Amino acid sequence: MAGRGRGRGRGQMTFNLEDLGIGRGDSLPPTTFKPSPLFPPMPVQPVPLQTGEEVEYMLALKQELRAANKTLPFYIRRAAPKRDVDRYSDKYQSGEPKDSAIEWSPDWSRLPKELCIKVRKPLAKRHPPQVKQPKKPLVGKEEILTKLETLEKKEEAVNSEEEEDGEKKKTNEEEEQAEEEEFEEDFEEDTDYIMSYFDNGEEFGGDSDDNIDEATY
Amino acid sequence: MTAQEVRLCGLLLQEHFGEVVERIGTHLLRGGAQNLRTIANETNTPLDLVKKSLCVLVQHGACEFGSGRRGPGSPVEYRASCERVLRVLRYPRYIYTAKTLYGDTGELIVEEVLQRGHMTMSNTVKTVADRLTHNMEEGRSMEYSEVVSAFSKLVETHFLQRCPPVAEMGTAATSTNPATPGTPAASASTAPPTAESNPDCYKLPHVTLIGRGKRRRSSDDSEEQRGGKKAKMDSESCGDEGIYWQVNFERFHQHFRDQAIISAVASKLDQTSSEIVRTMLRMSEVTTTQTAAYTQPLSANEIFRSLPPNYSISRPILDQYLSLLVDDPMEFVGKSGDSGGGMYVVNLQRALANLARATLESVVQERFGSRSARIFRLLLRKRHLEQKQVEDFAMIPAKEAKDMLYTLLSENLVQLQEIPKTPDHAPSRTFYLYTVNQLPTARLLLQHCYKTVANLIERRLFETKENKRLLEKSQRIEAILASLQASGAEPEQLTEVEEMITAPERQQLEALRHHINKLDSTENQVDETVFLLESYIFSTKTK
Repeated sequence: MAGRGRGRGRGQMTFNLEDLGIGRGDSLPPTTFKPSPLFPPMPVQPVPLQTGEEVEYMLALKQELRAANKTLPFYIRRAAPKRDVDRYSDKYQSGEPKDSAIEWSPDWSRLPKELCIKVRKPLAKRHPPQVKQPKKPLVGKEEILTKLETLEKKEEAVNSEEEEDGEKKKTNEEEEQAEEEEFEEDFEEDTDYIMSYFDNGEEFGGDSDDNIDEATY
Repeated sequence: MTAQEVRLCGLLLQEHFGEVVERIGTHLLRGGAQNLRTIANETNTPLDLVKKSLCVLVQHGACEFGSGRRGPGSPVEYRASCERVLRVLRYPRYIYTAKTLYGDTGELIVEEVLQRGHMTMSNTVKTVADRLTHNMEEGRSMEYSEVVSAFSKLVETHFLQRCPPVAEMGTAATSTNPATPGTPAASASTAPPTAESNPDCYKLPHVTLIGRGKRRRSSDDSEEQRGGKKAKMDSESCGDEGIYWQVNFERFHQHFRDQAIISAVASKLDQTSSEIVRTMLRMSEVTTTQTAAYTQPLSANEIFRSLPPNYSISRPILDQYLSLLVDDPMEFVGKSGDSGGGMYVVNLQRALANLARATLESVVQERFGSRSARIFRLLLRKRHLEQKQVEDFAMIPAKEAKDMLYTLLSENLVQLQEIPKTPDHAPSRTFYLYTVNQLPTARLLLQHCYKTVANLIERRLFETKENKRLLEKSQRIEAILASLQASGAEPEQLTEVEEMITAPERQQLEALRHHINKLDSTENQVDETVFLLESYIFSTKTK
């Protein structure tokens, strides 16, 4: 009984097809197999735009406003990511903001306290930080010299027990000077290794003159 | 906050304030009120960028802050306002209106205040005077007093208003006076103060600004001088610190609405009747509240006295015009009494409804043809009709009428109403009536408009991005040309530089400019429709 309606006519539905306006003999539109096109052809063209002085003035205003917005401090750009090496051009190309300061100074009394950020000061104040830098290496050198002086005194105390005071003191001083120089050399080269330990391989080739027949590895 | 509105707001924020602010703004619009930490975590933005963006948004009035939901001790919550961001689309219209009403000075004042969000009066006056001086010829400069007079005119007619004072919040935790915990809580529970709630809203501060605008020169020594002078000027506070002025959008909208009504009357009747309506609206500018359904009643005698002098019509002719206006089916003007020669009102709400209806009808006409528009108008007038009745009344053959009705139905402009005859809703025994509801259809059309503007902006961004290389090249060449001309080069050098752009590239640039102009202009026009529909929907809300 349930299958009686199947196959006869177009299929029974709960409402009368006549009411919808689809008569008995009418053919339905073809079934669609794909989604509707993205830009369907338009049956009617749209009305042309208004023209006139007013319209053009407002157009010019709009474009000017858009251009002006980029120069205002309200246009927020992300801080430039830090690059691995400091480059020479960084000093001259300072297009993008590097720190998290705000470019304009709002009225902080009208904003909640948690939004307070430091205001970026104008670029004129760049000189003071640079003055401090040359002082630091000098301080470092002073420390090294005091260390050397304490070492000198220790060696003098050790060597003062020997008999030949003058010559030995001189040689000691020379040695100490040489040691100082050596120490300075080592410090200047900023390595932990004393330079005389390094064998730069210049003597290597000389050993092979003895045994020419054997291969060297 | 529909999806289309949020999308459009995002695009507008991106154009005006950059991608960071766009991200934060969209997040706030979608998510409602949130506090600072939540925003930073959910958008994966560093905290300082979030702070900067919130400062920008609050500066422009797009975001409000208030104490949290859990009482005065909880962190501050921020709420973005979709409406305010959408106003950005209308900035050119505001500035142009200020120009027509108050000249170049007024135009620049409104432009400055719009670009900066809110400003003090002294700041505005100085900036505008400088800008005007820059555009004047050498030797002349703009007096501050002229700018101040334009500013005061704008304030008197309520186009500019003071920013509302900031509510006290979050101080209960650190208050040294624990005896009054009630007052902070009370102020936190009230709604954020609007600008109108301040009684001094339109009062000018007592500040005397004397001076002239400074011309910006490109030479270095005058810049240093100016730098010194500028420091002096900043250090002397002008006495109006803390009083910030913002643009009163509602007043501008009132003005646009009046203009729309007047032009509708002019096109339906004639120029004289539009002048009469203009006079009536001008007289009731100050006495009508924002959401009034109609203006205060005005007697015919008053109208006669206030007509502009160049429109000298005699008293009986005025009466005839008024009765014509009252009898007009658009119902712009209504008669509310007979004293004083007849009391007349302008029906603002009905006028807006009629204007919105006209917009809907014209949309249907342009998209589906005049016969579909006839069916649409019929349904608007007759409310509910069966299919057979539609065919008869519209005088359109059955098959075509059926087709058009189904097209309109599929676009949701027309709705089906079922009226069952029997309780089991059998289809053969149910009436199916077609109907049009004006308000939901207007809302639908408004959302379509938002989508349209968003699509236009995206297409413009796409076009700009496609031709980015070409645009940059042309900008560089223009800069080279300008610098060459400034340093006095020979014409051969100039032509050589100009030839760096080839002819097909020039054509491409021309086509690009033409497209972008068209897209921009379209945005402005769609915004006019948006304004009408928004005003209509807003006027129906406040009942």
